[in-house]
Amino acid sequence: MASLSVPASGRGSLRRPSALTGFWSWFTTVDHKKIGIMYGVAAFAFFIVGGLEALLIRAQLAQPDGTLLNADEYNQIFTMHGITMIFLFVMPMSAAFFNYMIPLMVGARDVAFPRLNAYSFWVFALGGLFLYSSFFLGGAPNGGWFGYAPNSTTDPSIGMTFYALGLLITGIASTAGAVNLAVTVVNMRAPGMTLFRMPPFVWMGLVVQFLLVFALPIITVALFQLLFDRRWDTAFFDPTRGGQPILWQHLFWLFGHPEVYILILPAFGIISEVLPVFSRKPLFGYQFVIFSGIAIGFIGFGVWAHHMFAAGLGPVANTAFGVSTAIIAIPTGVKIFNWMGTMHGGDIKFASPMLYSVGAVMMFVIGGLSGVTHAIVPSDYQQTDTYYIVAHLHYVIFGGAVFGIFSGLYYWWPKVYGRKLNETWGKVQFWILIIGFNLAFGPMHILGLQGMIRREYTYPETLGLTFWNQMSTVGAFLIATSVAMFLVNVARTQMKPRGEVVEDPWDARTLEWMTTSPPPVHNFDEIPTVHALDEFWHRKYVEDERSGRLVPAQAGAAGAGPGEGDADGHGGGHSIHLPSPSYWPLVSGLGLPIMAYGVLYSWWLIGAGALVVLIGFYGWAIEPSVAEE
Amino acid sequence: MSDLAITPGHGAAGASHDEHTTTTGLPNTKLAMWMFLSSECMLFGALISTYVLYRGSSMTGPYPADVFDIPYTSVSSFVLLASSLTMVLALASAQKRDVVRMRLWLLATALLGLTFVGGQVYEFTTFYDEGLSITTNLFGTTFYVLTGFHGVHVTVGILMLLSLVGLSSADRLPDDAAFPVEMVGLYWHFVDIVWIIIFTVVYLIPTPGPAPA
Repeated sequence: MASLSVPASGRGSLRRPSALTGFWSWFTTVDHKKIGIMYGVAAFAFFIVGGLEALLIRAQLAQPDGTLLNADEYNQIFTMHGITMIFLFVMPMSAAFFNYMIPLMVGARDVAFPRLNAYSFWVFALGGLFLYSSFFLGGAPNGGWFGYAPNSTTDPSIGMTFYALGLLITGIASTAGAVNLAVTVVNMRAPGMTLFRMPPFVWMGLVVQFLLVFALPIITVALFQLLFDRRWDTAFFDPTRGGQPILWQHLFWLFGHPEVYILILPAFGIISEVLPVFSRKPLFGYQFVIFSGIAIGFIGFGVWAHHMFAAGLGPVANTAFGVSTAIIAIPTGVKIFNWMGTMHGGDIKFASPMLYSVGAVMMFVIGGLSGVTHAIVPSDYQQTDTYYIVAHLHYVIFGGAVFGIFSGLYYWWPKVYGRKLNETWGKVQFWILIIGFNLAFGPMHILGLQGMIRREYTYPETLGLTFWNQMSTVGAFLIATSVAMFLVNVARTQMKPRGEVVEDPWDARTLEWMTTSPPPVHNFDEIPTVHALDEFWHRKYVEDERSGRLVPAQAGAAGAGPGEGDADGHGGGHSIHLPSPSYWPLVSGLGLPIMAYGVLYSWWLIGAGALVVLIGFYGWAIEPSVAEE
Repeated sequence: MSDLAITPGHGAAGASHDEHTTTTGLPNTKLAMWMFLSSECMLFGALISTYVLYRGSSMTGPYPADVFDIPYTSVSSFVLLASSLTMVLALASAQKRDVVRMRLWLLATALLGLTFVGGQVYEFTTFYDEGLSITTNLFGTTFYVLTGFHGVHVTVGILMLLSLVGLSSADRLPDDAAFPVEMVGLYWHFVDIVWIIIFTVVYLIPTPGPAPA
C-alpha cells in the first residue's frame, strides 16, 4: 500500500501531485481519513494554546489584585481563550470525528466532495493562524467571543477587526464542510442503510451540519456589519446615527445559541455510540435519542434571547424566551434518561472511553440544571454576567463536549492507528481530569452567587473571593496535568513498536469496525450491505432461541469479523475510483487570509487575494477530480 | 485484495458514474447546491431584516424618496428577470446538445446580468452624487450593503456563466453539458428571486419620512 502512486498528469499549470504518502502528501491529500487526522491535530494544537490562555487567566486571578496581566492583556487573553476553544477547538475537533468516522459509519469510500473537504480544512487552519497573527500586528481581539457592539465597533485597537475577519474565514470553512458532510450522510449510505439504521453519531452529525448551514450565514451578516462599521464607518451599530447596538446581540445569539448545540451534539453522538458498546446493550430508545436530537436542533433557533434577559427586551419577550428555554430542556433530559436506560442492567465495562462518556453525562447534567436556573428570568437577573454563568457554560461545553471528545479519542484511537491508548494512563488521566474540572469550575458557582463579575481582570481582597479563586486555579492546573498526561500517553503509544493489530478491541456494534484498522485508502474492500441498526453486532451475535442470550454467530454464517466483505455486497472485482490529490484546495484557501489582510492594510492586497482565490477555483474546476491515466 | 484493482486514476468516468448510485438518486452536486442556496436564504434573510428593521430610522437625509428613480430601477429589474428566461433557454439547448445555441444563450444571460450590474453601478454613482454615501445615514448604510451584497452575487454568477462559455469553447465541458448549466442556473434563478424581494421591500414599499427628532 505504501508504494501506491498515481501517474502524474501534465494538465494544468502545476503538475498534478501524485504521492499518497510522505510529508508533502499531507498538503495535497483529499482522503477524508487524512483530513480528519489533520483536523484533529490542528484542533488539539489550538486546544493547548487556548488552555495556556486559560492558565494565564487562572494565574492572574489566583490572588487578589493580580499583577501578572494588565487589564488590556487580560481582555485579549480571555477573548482569545473563548474564540479558540469554541471556533478553533471544539468545532474543528467535531469536524475531525465527522470527517474520519461518517464515511466509515455509513459505508462510503469518501465524503461527497473530497477536494472541498481539503479546502474546508485549509481555510479553517489558515483562519486560525490569521486570528493568532493579530497578537503580533497590534493586538488580539479584546471584546469577548460575543463581540458586543458598540464596544466592539468603537474599540480603538485593531483586535476586533481581526475578530470579524477571522471568524468570517472560519465560517466559510465550516459552511463548506457542513454542506459536504450533510450530502455525504444523505446521499452516500451503503445499500440497506436506511435513515433509521444510521448510528446515532451519524444522526447527530447530520443535525449539526444543518444547524451550521442555517446558523452560520446569520453571524456572517453580523460580522460583515461589524466589519463595515469598524473599517468603513457605516452606521449599523452607531446610536448617534440611529443604529441599534442590540441588533448585534440579536444576530449574534440567533447564531450563538444554535452554536451551543453545534458544540454539544457531536459529543452526544459519541456518548450514544460508546455507552451501548460498553454496556453490551443496544441504545435504549434509539428513536427517542434521534428525534430529541432533531427537536433540539429546531428549538435551538427559538431560544436566543435568553442570553439577553438583562438587555431590556420587556416582560413579554423575556417570558416567551424563558418558556422556550425551559422547553428545550425536555428533549435534552430525554437523552439523559435514554443513556441511563442504556446502562441499566447492562454488562458494564469501565474502560477509558466509557469513563469519559459517563463523566460527560454527569457533568452535563450539572451544567444543564444550572442552565435551567437561567431560564427563570428573575433568577437570571442575579446570575447574568457573574461567574455563575462561567461555571454553567464550562460544565456544558467542557463537561459535556470535551469529556465527550476524550471519550471519542480513546474509543476510536485503535480504529485510526491500529493500537490502543494505554488504559491505565487513560483511567488515571480521567480521574485527574474530573477532579480538576470540578475543582476549577465548581467553585465558580459560589463565586458567581457571591457576586464576582465576569471578565474583571482583578478583584480586591476585601470581597472575600480569594479562597475559591485559589481552589479554581489549582483545578485549572490539574486539568493541564491531565491534558499533558494525554499527550504523553499518545507519544508512548505511537512510539511503541506496532504489536499485533487489534481490529475490534471493544466488541463494537457499527460499520466502521468492519474494515481493517487503520482502514485502507478505499475504506472497504467491499461495501457491506446493511440489514439492521448495529449491523456489525448482529453479524457477530445471534440470540439463542432457548435461553434468549446472545451467542456468537456461527463462523461463516454472515461474514462475521472485520475485514471480511459481504457476500451480496457491491463492487466486488470492480476497480475503485478514488479522487486524486490536488494542490488547488490549498491554493484557493490561501487567497482568503490574503484578502483579509487586504481589508486591514490595502486594497491591492484584497485584489491579489481575490486573484489567488480565482486561480485556485479555476484550477480546481478544470482539473478532473480523478487524474488521467 | 488480489482481484481488486485500486486505481486512483482511472479516467474521468467516476463523476457521472457515482451520480447514478447515490442513496436518494439525486446527484451529490445538486443536493449540495440546494443546501448552499438554503444557507444563502438565511444570509439574505438577515440582510433584508436589517434593512426592514432600520427602515425610517435615518436621522438625516437623503431619504429613499429623495433619491429613488423607480422607472429606472424597474427597467434594470426587468433586464435581470429577462436573464432568467435566457438561462432557461440555455439549459434547454444544453439538454438538446445544441452547443452553439447553449453558448449563445449563456452569453446573453451574462450580458443581461452585466447590464443589471452596470445599471447598479450607475445608480450608486448617482445616489452618491446626490449626497447619499454608505456613512451618511442608516438608509445609506443598509441600502448600499444589501444591494451591494446582491450585486456581488450577480457578479459571481456572471463569472460562472462566462466560465461555462469558456470551458465549453475550450472543449473542457463533458459531452452532456446540461448538468453544469443546470447547476449554474439554480444559482442564477436564486439570485433573481432575491432581487424580486429586494426590489419590492426596498424600492416599492414606501418608506415613512424622517424619524422624529
